[in-house]
Amino acid sequence: MSLLTVEGLRKTHPGARGGIALDDLSLTLAPGETLGLVGPSGCGKSSLARVLLRLDRPDAGSIRFEGQDWLALQGGALRRARGRMQMVFQDPGAAFHPRATVAGALADALRLHVPAPRKDWPGLIAARLDQVGLAPDLAPHPVATLSGGQRQRLAIARALVPNPKLIVLDEAVSALDTVTRGQILALLVRLQRQLGLALLVISHDLAVVRAVSHRIAVMQAGRIVETGPADQVLDRPQSEIARRLIAAVPQLPRTGDPP
Amino acid sequence: MTAAPLFQLRGFGLRYPGQGRPALTGIELDLAQGERLALIGPSGSGKSTLARAIAGLSPPASTPEGGILWPGGPMRAGRDIGFVFQDPGGSLNPLLTIGAHLLEVLHRHGQLSRKAALARAEALLDQVHLPDPCAALQAYPHQFSGGQRQRIAIALAIAAGPRLLIADEATSALDTLVQAEIVALLRDLTGAAGMALIFVTHDIALAAGLADRIAVLEAGRLVDCGPAARVIATPQAAQTLALLAAHLDLASPRLVGDRP
Repeated sequence: MSLLTVEGLRKTHPGARGGIALDDLSLTLAPGETLGLVGPSGCGKSSLARVLLRLDRPDAGSIRFEGQDWLALQGGALRRARGRMQMVFQDPGAAFHPRATVAGALADALRLHVPAPRKDWPGLIAARLDQVGLAPDLAPHPVATLSGGQRQRLAIARALVPNPKLIVLDEAVSALDTVTRGQILALLVRLQRQLGLALLVISHDLAVVRAVSHRIAVMQAGRIVETGPADQVLDRPQSEIARRLIAAVPQLPRTGDPP
Repeated sequence: MTAAPLFQLRGFGLRYPGQGRPALTGIELDLAQGERLALIGPSGSGKSTLARAIAGLSPPASTPEGGILWPGGPMRAGRDIGFVFQDPGGSLNPLLTIGAHLLEVLHRHGQLSRKAALARAEALLDQVHLPDPCAALQAYPHQFSGGQRQRIAIALAIAAGPRLLIADEATSALDTLVQAEIVALLRDLTGAAGMALIFVTHDIALAAGLADRIAVLEAGRLVDCGPAARVIATPQAAQTLALLAAHLDLASPRLVGDRP
């Protein structure tokens, strides 16, 4: 049974270029699966993320998540359910209160989602930091003093606090340098295996999506134009936009390549 | 006979007040006229700091060490050196039309009549492949996409006819399709066209695809520098190896299979 089933989503933004952000969009995600969603700027990737996370309402369509009618949830039920689907955004700086400490950022999530006594919080916080490869002695430090990679690890730790089944990552590694990006991608794959997490990895970068995704969905102009196992989409692209995205990936000359 | 280099960095360093470690130290680097050089390294390695120092855009409180020699005479940022930043929106005034931006640069650095300056502005927008340059002159920055705004920022940077164009992570905020277009534009505008290019990036493959030479920075030091093909094929620094190992493309090993 699928974890997430999205059917016929439509969303228009009045005044935006063209106006249509999501155009009859459907997709499914199995438990523990990583779906990579790739497409050019403006194709509707982030509009989809916002609708999935209930930050924005679609004009039409349905979303089922863990068997529930996701768009019908309101009030306390929605608040509780939100713990099951978490998010990590591109800019780890903007995702935290500017004066938050590392421990404070995680304590906020504990307060919202975890019914544990306060005296247990330091231990829970240290465990979450360790889980994402951050030293527990970072806890009292301001988030602003962390590097970009450390902040993105903290954003992942915060997303893990409510024990979600799905994490939506919207360009979560796009602002990182390549070395840090590799470390964060390896962390995500490890956490997914350990926790059985499903991931929706949204990116304009096909190389990133290919590295971590079981399946790839290619998006253009508010629609999924192609979807399949990662290697199939890359080896036998069916759409023009997939072919263009493949051609745009900067390739390194291989030392084994013929001259 | 080879032409004199544009600049020669000799033991160049830069120190910010209150910081123990210098931001840059002991940099030896020359740039030939019309040459394309990529400055690469991870975040915090000093590549942007070095690019800004060459353009004379270092913060006033910083203390330089060593020197920059200008064999062909000193070059001024804005006239002899054009600069393109990561965020094209930050280079453009939201209240001014694209035409007003270009006319301001053209008036400051040239003696053109208004009519000639307008014609030149339109030609510049055409040169960076902005669709419908004539209409674009009357439009405002928000009416363009991120990639188009970066084209406009490049037109502004080259308006005064600089001998050196510096692009500091100019394609990092753009999607891969637009990135490839901007890289192709930078390649067309520089090199044979007589304009040198310094291309700052953390992406070693992007650097290899565009630059004649690659300089690798780590913690404020130049640790590897040479022709692009040599740096890729026989890296001489651990940092170069790390950047090569971190590179992801469509031939890299995948971290997962086709099903969970």
